[in-house]
Amino acid sequence: MNNNETFEPTIIGFTCNWCSYRAADLAGTARIKYPPNIRLIRLMCSGRLDPTFVFKALASGADGVMITGCHPGECHYIEQNYKMLRRFHLMRRTLQGFGIEPERIKLVWASAAEGAKFASETTAFIEEIRQLGPLNWGKSNGHFSGDDKPPMLEPAPETPEEVPA
Amino acid sequence: MSKTTNETPVTNKPKFAMYWADSCGGCEIAVLNIHEKILDVDANFEVVFWPVAMDAKYKDVEAMEDDSILLTLFNGAIHSEEHEHVARVLRKKSKLLVAFGSCACEGCMPALINLSSKSEFFDTVFTTATTDNPENIRPQTSVQVPEGEITLPKIYSVVRTLDQVVPVDYYMPGCPPESHQIAAVIDLVIQVLQGKAELPPQGATIGAGNSTVCDECTRKRNVKHIKKFERIQMIEPDPEICLLEQGILCSGPATRSGCEAKCPSAGSPCIGCYGPAEGVIDYGSRLMTAIASVIDSNNPEEIDAILDGIPDPAGQLYRFNMAGSLLRASKAAWKSNGG
Amino acid sequence: MTQRITIDPITRLEGHGKIEIFLDAEGNVANTYFQVPQLRGFERFCVGRQVEEVPLLTNRICGVCPEAHHMAGAKAVDAVYHVDPPRTAKMLRELLYSAFYVTDHATHFYALAGPDFVMGPDAPVAERNILGVIHKVGLEIGGKVINARKAGHTVIEMIGGRKVHPCTSIPGGLTKGITKEQQKEILELGKWAVEFGQFSLKLFNDIVLGNKEYVDLILGDIYTHRTYYMGMVDENNRINFYDGKVRVVGPDGKEFVKYAPQDYTKHIAEHVEPWTYLKFPYLKDVGWKGFTDGKDSGIYCATPLSRLNAADGMATPLAQEEYDKFYKTLGGKPVHQRLATHWARLIELLYAAERWVELASDPEIASDNFHAIPTEVPTEGVGIVEAPRGTLTHHYVTDERGVATKINLIVGTTNNYAPISMSINKAASSLIKKGTVVTEGLLNMVEMAFRAYDPCLSCATHSLPGKMPLEVTVHNANGEPVEVLKQYC
Repeated sequence: MNNNETFEPTIIGFTCNWCSYRAADLAGTARIKYPPNIRLIRLMCSGRLDPTFVFKALASGADGVMITGCHPGECHYIEQNYKMLRRFHLMRRTLQGFGIEPERIKLVWASAAEGAKFASETTAFIEEIRQLGPLNWGKSNGHFSGDDKPPMLEPAPETPEEVPA
Repeated sequence: MSKTTNETPVTNKPKFAMYWADSCGGCEIAVLNIHEKILDVDANFEVVFWPVAMDAKYKDVEAMEDDSILLTLFNGAIHSEEHEHVARVLRKKSKLLVAFGSCACEGCMPALINLSSKSEFFDTVFTTATTDNPENIRPQTSVQVPEGEITLPKIYSVVRTLDQVVPVDYYMPGCPPESHQIAAVIDLVIQVLQGKAELPPQGATIGAGNSTVCDECTRKRNVKHIKKFERIQMIEPDPEICLLEQGILCSGPATRSGCEAKCPSAGSPCIGCYGPAEGVIDYGSRLMTAIASVIDSNNPEEIDAILDGIPDPAGQLYRFNMAGSLLRASKAAWKSNGG
Repeated sequence: MTQRITIDPITRLEGHGKIEIFLDAEGNVANTYFQVPQLRGFERFCVGRQVEEVPLLTNRICGVCPEAHHMAGAKAVDAVYHVDPPRTAKMLRELLYSAFYVTDHATHFYALAGPDFVMGPDAPVAERNILGVIHKVGLEIGGKVINARKAGHTVIEMIGGRKVHPCTSIPGGLTKGITKEQQKEILELGKWAVEFGQFSLKLFNDIVLGNKEYVDLILGDIYTHRTYYMGMVDENNRINFYDGKVRVVGPDGKEFVKYAPQDYTKHIAEHVEPWTYLKFPYLKDVGWKGFTDGKDSGIYCATPLSRLNAADGMATPLAQEEYDKFYKTLGGKPVHQRLATHWARLIELLYAAERWVELASDPEIASDNFHAIPTEVPTEGVGIVEAPRGTLTHHYVTDERGVATKINLIVGTTNNYAPISMSINKAASSLIKKGTVVTEGLLNMVEMAFRAYDPCLSCATHSLPGKMPLEVTVHNANGEPVEVLKQYC
């Protein structure tokens, strides 16, 4: 069992350009501290979030993914954050089918003025993931096969092939 | 009695091989369903390895020179040590290795076992309603019988695609690939042999279209507003209108074209056997995106209620593409793999 | 000290198989093991799926006979939802199924079995295949077989939506019907199929039954077992591939049990051995007594021969004539000689073609009433059909949403796993004795014991060698190979 106290989660954050990325900026300029475990990727809109990005993050070593967008009704592109909301729900259900805790992905609505909220939600999420433990996706218990020839297919030594009738 | 030798008749025809790993034989039947065209295969190739049809053994393929087989069609996914070994051997001996059919390209339906751990897999099979197994026996890779030791190949709990084991030259999707597509590919290969055409770039998907099934489907399409997902047996769908529009979860929007949309034409939703469209690396994610776009709600509770109409998202979104997806298998399956 | 002969892999089987033959110190066969080294786990990965998808999933158990799995699955999901499909839907399903039987039995007979009889088991290897058959009896034959397959697959696609892995059966019926034009085309193809069936039986009569050597081979003891026989019958105890009850007769030919699909767990159980991934079904009421035949062993057989033995006759006139001739020639019911299965298969082909015509002539077959919407909560259901290779059972349990929670499948060839093992053992034991030199002819005769059961996958290209690729490696007591025999096409 991993020692959760020394485990440093790796979190990928997808932020939308108009609201939540600016919230992150605001947290920075206001010197509001939050842990460095999150790496932010900026999208023009949360509606750009393709579930491919989330699954790639988890399959490539992330322990959690945070998705942020404008508050409902405030999307710069009118309605696209709702599309992301629906994808988010479907993603959580799908992850559950794979045995991944749905809480490893989190959705936060944050406006450009909510730097403090951005920082506190991020901090809370990092702690939740620390408690869940590392994901270590795709690591087998054992390896597939480094050998070219499994035992039962060893070639026989050369033998005469003609058969007396 | 006639004698045999292991000398195969020497011909100048290029060599052809077809192998089945964790497959059902449907790809072999699809090849047969090119009917008279099979004579063109015979006229232009020498078949040197096709376990379902002729006797060449693994040892014979191993003894062949590297790159001596011009074209190998490999169908079936990689599920056991035996499949893996033959895949590696055929890669060495073949100039062109084609991942033929959905199993080899992305795992196909048998890759759904990737959602179970090895023990869940074996325990279920060996304790079914009619299984008489009081000692709770499970098959073993090595067993001592009174006369000696006999072996079975190890079965992995994570099914893999062909290109997760060896590099692949071309991909031909479909479960199985449609016969008219197979015939077209055979024609192309024969033309290449005769110097009349060029091979497509390596790594290409052949025998399929570049768009999605929706483009080939003849049903009428309008803007979709889904308030409820229906089970096909519970409604009488209109035969002229898009199935997804009527609430039937049709995978057409995410599935590569090439099949002539046979299933929706027959009243059954597309289930995705032709795999992802060009450029897509995770089929299920794209299907998820398409579904999310057509759900007609912005309210979280209502969205959840609508999504209750998709009771098995992992299975419904990754029906054919589990092994070739980004996540590939469940946590439990990964943990028990190799054990 | 034990010698051993390994045959690996066996081909023309759905999946892979291998045989281990152990010799005792005298050089006689001590035991044989027929191992199936493949397991895909349908009984596990269909769990958690929406139940109406399971007939689509189980299609992929076998790409040669997906129609069989689709039909068994369709009947199982009807039962799960407690819904009775309209008459048109049942007829369309049986029509698809009849066309499929013609295609499938033709493929096996001409490409696999025929060459042994047309060319002879001792014929030169290079000629013992469909090409040899064509050269001997004419190019016309190859064309007829291709046309038989084409005709069958045309009907399968019209009703089933696709040529391989049909998609139109759902709980309560089908997703589509056929038009009057399609009905006409299907009927014409059916009439051709009846002629093809008669032609095939005549071919068998002229070439096989007209040759004393072959008749002796068929009647010989090497390929004879006295087991129980299983097949599905209608209410008149005539063979029906699509619907009815399962009837089992004993080695003496008398009815042992007749059960409805939902009662199958009372009568069938599956034995497990650690050296193979496949299980061995047997009759619960008799019990598993090991690999032996006879009245006291629960081993049963499910093949065309079994079906003819288990029924009182055929439901169509031309096939009934052939049925009578069959038993008259072979000395009465039941027939225990496994090679007679090839003949029984052709009689079934003719019946399937006649049934094709019957169904396609029915005025209701093109009606619009092809689906009944289920009204009850889904729970549990069993669907049984006769697959070409044996009785096929699908059993699904679901939750109240109709999501599968438990799946049990007993597949056609699986029924025959124990009989095939016994046939291989008997053939090997009869042929390999002290001092025997293992020859190419021996390999073919062991092969013939196996091939009569038409193990699930047959491959039928015109260039089929008609010969199971076999390599026999004989090891001495130190495990060093002393002889390697290979047979090629």
